[in-house]
Amino acid sequence: MARYGMVIDINKCTGCYNCFLSCRDEFAGNEYKGYSAAQPMEGQNWIPVIEKERGQYPKVKVSYTPIPCMHCDDAPCIKMAQNGAIYRRPDGIVIIDPAKAKGQKELISSCPYRVIEWNEQKQVPQKCILCAHMLDKGEKEPRCVESCPTGALMFGDLDDAGSEVSRLIATGKTEALHGGYGIKEKVRYMGLPGKFIAGTIIYGDRDACAEGVAVALSRDSEGWEVKTNAFGDFEFEGLADNTEYTVRIAAAGYKEQTITTRTRKDTYLGEITLKRS
Amino acid sequence: MAEQILTQCTVGGPVFVHVEDGKISKMRPIVFDDTDAPSWTIEARGRKFTPPRKTTLQSYVVAERMRIYSENRIKYPYRRKTFDPHGDRHPEMRGKDEYIRISWDEALDTVAEEMRRIRKSYGPAAITAMTSSHHNWGLLHYKFGPFGRFFNMLGYTTLMDNPDSWEGSHWGAIHTWGYFWLLGHCDNYDMLEDALNNTEQVIFWSVDPNSSSYQYWGQESAIWRIWLRELGIKAIFIDPYCNTTAGVLGDKWLAPRPGTDAALAEAIAYVWITEGTYDKWFVENRTIGFEEFRKHILGEDDGVPRTPGWAAEICDIPAHNITVLAREWAAKKTMLATGAMYGTGGAVRATYATEWARLMVLLIAMQGLGKPGVNVWGGAAMGAPLDFSFQMPGYGSAGWDTFALIARKKAENSVSQKVYRLLLPEAILNPPISWIGEGFCGQSIEQQFVPHTYPEPGPNGAEIRMIHRHGGSFISTMTETNRWVRMYQSPKLECVVMQDCHWQSETRFGDIVLPASTNFEHADICEWANAGGYGEGDCGANHRVMIYEKKCIEPLWESKSDWEIYKALAKRLGFLEEYTEGNSEEDWIKKIFNISSLPKYVSYEEFKKKGYFVVPCKSPEQKRTVSNRWYYEGRPCDTPNSLNPKKGTNKAHELATYSGKIEFVSQSLTKFDPNDEERPPMPRYIPSWEGHETKELTAKYPLQMITPHPRYSYHTHHDNKTLWLNDIPQHRVKKDGYAWWPIRIHPSDAEARSIRQDDIVRVYNDRGAVLCIAQVTERVRPGLVHSYESSASYDPLEPGKAGSIDRGGCMNLLAPSRMLSRNAPGMASNSCLVEVCKWEA
Repeated sequence: MARYGMVIDINKCTGCYNCFLSCRDEFAGNEYKGYSAAQPMEGQNWIPVIEKERGQYPKVKVSYTPIPCMHCDDAPCIKMAQNGAIYRRPDGIVIIDPAKAKGQKELISSCPYRVIEWNEQKQVPQKCILCAHMLDKGEKEPRCVESCPTGALMFGDLDDAGSEVSRLIATGKTEALHGGYGIKEKVRYMGLPGKFIAGTIIYGDRDACAEGVAVALSRDSEGWEVKTNAFGDFEFEGLADNTEYTVRIAAAGYKEQTITTRTRKDTYLGEITLKRS
Repeated sequence: MAEQILTQCTVGGPVFVHVEDGKISKMRPIVFDDTDAPSWTIEARGRKFTPPRKTTLQSYVVAERMRIYSENRIKYPYRRKTFDPHGDRHPEMRGKDEYIRISWDEALDTVAEEMRRIRKSYGPAAITAMTSSHHNWGLLHYKFGPFGRFFNMLGYTTLMDNPDSWEGSHWGAIHTWGYFWLLGHCDNYDMLEDALNNTEQVIFWSVDPNSSSYQYWGQESAIWRIWLRELGIKAIFIDPYCNTTAGVLGDKWLAPRPGTDAALAEAIAYVWITEGTYDKWFVENRTIGFEEFRKHILGEDDGVPRTPGWAAEICDIPAHNITVLAREWAAKKTMLATGAMYGTGGAVRATYATEWARLMVLLIAMQGLGKPGVNVWGGAAMGAPLDFSFQMPGYGSAGWDTFALIARKKAENSVSQKVYRLLLPEAILNPPISWIGEGFCGQSIEQQFVPHTYPEPGPNGAEIRMIHRHGGSFISTMTETNRWVRMYQSPKLECVVMQDCHWQSETRFGDIVLPASTNFEHADICEWANAGGYGEGDCGANHRVMIYEKKCIEPLWESKSDWEIYKALAKRLGFLEEYTEGNSEEDWIKKIFNISSLPKYVSYEEFKKKGYFVVPCKSPEQKRTVSNRWYYEGRPCDTPNSLNPKKGTNKAHELATYSGKIEFVSQSLTKFDPNDEERPPMPRYIPSWEGHETKELTAKYPLQMITPHPRYSYHTHHDNKTLWLNDIPQHRVKKDGYAWWPIRIHPSDAEARSIRQDDIVRVYNDRGAVLCIAQVTERVRPGLVHSYESSASYDPLEPGKAGSIDRGGCMNLLAPSRMLSRNAPGMASNSCLVEVCKWEA
């Protein structure tokens, strides 16, 4: 028996919203008895895609994070539901029983990821069912995964060591969307953006991009170093949020510069002009 | 009834359609099975690359069933309330009138009667008709199918299209490297394999492939650009907007002011020339006119050396960045993924875009166009190792009439008069007009120089009295589109017919409205994304897929297929037999099947049953013929494109320019108009007539606006119909019960105007005003506002009044109608100055 999960690689998500639209296409106006009442034609979103703009002109990156139901092994929604209205199948998929859950509006607050929505017309809470109805018919993958053009959304058997999702999780590079909930989410992420600190170094005396300059970043006792590229650009990615870092720039023949900055947001320090020493 | 799974095709990819109880319940990509031809594998740099075995869909067709069942479908035939074909016509009411439901008989009788009357009173040239791209998909039920055959048979004034997504390339690059059969862009055969193996860097210059699907290929190449990144191939984006591809893939973003890209190009050439970092052998052997160019770049002709410092002032990019860009380009094997074919960054549709487009070709020539890893690679989005010996017509394969390929007798238009789309309002309101060129000048370089006048002098000319509009809308795709509002309200237009699937922004200017069904409501045949003709060999798919488009549902409400509508008109006009040649819809489909390569692989019944066929790709043994490689190596052209006139001749190693080489100084332009200062024989940066240097305008309208092609609609065909798209905030933002069209503005410009995120703003200039929702973002350079074109909702606060404020988001109301340049009659949409202020209702 398979145990289903997903890995979402943010590095590959282009923000096309195919996942959102294909989920709507599958469920809006379509009931799957025993699995899910029909989604209303408008208004629900079982896989919101959150766009995040990072940095300042002209150093800007954009990331997209799709957020389906995490099908947690320790799901708070299962605990809060009455009469066994939410349950986890042997294959790990968490289902809201459309009949038993009727009237239990409070369940929309049970999920820390806020993936449960309320169907006002049918008076029932609803959420992503990992297309269990399709998998049970022998289909390969949920609609969102099928429609993803880059393979950012991956689906498979967590108990099969050879599956793509298992292999990625085994690298240790995946994480839950919010590490602190501790609810054993079976949807894991790669490439979740941290914060970046970036800048561009210019030789002031020659108005030229400074290539190959050593830039050191430090925080307490930790340190990293990169060299600027041909455009004089440097970048430190995956940094902690709201943390003070010190940037030290040292180029032979030029006065050293030190900049302290706090990662309240992704930070482009702009053009940093070096003066001759 | 049991669920059926049928096959169909859309402008954004082929689909499996699930039908239950006579209703489409969902639509999915076509996932191939084990009996379908194997997919290709490219081996490069120690890795193997193979595409997923399915079609990918562009986002807007994932929700296609919403478009089919949209409440905006035209459900019945209608007559405009105050329009009486036997009495007063009230043209002034077009755009603000009510509509009365009528029967098909009344509708078709009226249209046919009007056609007959107008032909008799004024001559056949008094009727014109035009289509749009692409509200349906399929060879036989679409614009170049029944429309072309009907109007050619009737005889009508041909409306010439301008090559509207790649103006600069058509009017410019053709004079630099030929390729007129592809309207100025080059083919892209086998470029993916070449890039994966050899390329070190890709420069995306004014192109956004993740948005545009590079025409109709779904999102097939999205994964390619991720492969490039995984291989460590750097991506540099040049675009005033940090576009959707740049945001996720860009290693470097350079944002020139709109309209200044040519200056940046000249400065790059300066660095190469002064540092000697260009391919001297290629320039010496494969180009002409370089010496004059070299002198010009160094400032020896006009005293202005095109240095990075010079360009920095114009583009507002630091000189040191320009220098590094040039050096990096020269130091690495670089693909120029420029938006020549599909101007999603705007540079190809701006004033003097001809100059930029030509400089693009010249720059890549200076680095050895066609050598391994170095080419013009459209959007990094075309050129998988597919087999093009397999024949299937595209919609443009036979010019204006697909039936010409299969009918016993091709329809020949008896009317010689032409009119030009961009000038149609002037043609109606204030004739005569004149223009140069034949619209899509795909047959020769000289076509661009042919002068035209409307009305045609002599007995065969006539002023247009009737417009038959087949699908789509110009209000948000042409320029200065308040002109269309005025045009339709002219009493000179005695009859306006709108034939479409949905109420579009132009539909309410029609006198008779005919409900057409979508391609899901009848059968057809096609190849995925195949334009043929000017698009021959453009292929951005991972697999070539032929589709038998099955009829999924009965025509909705009282709609009829375009074929049925034109048959009914042909019958009333007395040429039904000639039109159909006794063939049914299915007969025509079979004829297309029979002229294609399909019969070599599969029987008609098998093809029809399965509904799709995947063409086997090139085997590893089959020769790769990289575009332009033959030219670099001095060999006869060996790429599959059939329209290169020199191919197979003793000049097959030449390009289609007069000299046969890449021309720094264009011989065709030297011949035609050596004194044209707006498109001189040798290209250069020319300050825009509506740009940052146009001081008489910037005082009032200080912001430059670009309006590229949108991501979430194919032109206007999905917006305002597939309403689920309104839940995508990059498409529309819902506020106070309305789905607003976004405009993107830099924080400094927003603050100066007290504009905050999600404020409703008025965007305006002398041409009109549009209400949008402000998105304050670092993704636009200061001084720029960005909003997509193609809003399908024209929602004037004062309906029927030209110049009314529109809140639907039709940015094209603000775009200039002035042409690219004197002899280049293309749109310059992206040379537009506006001001933006908070909207106080």
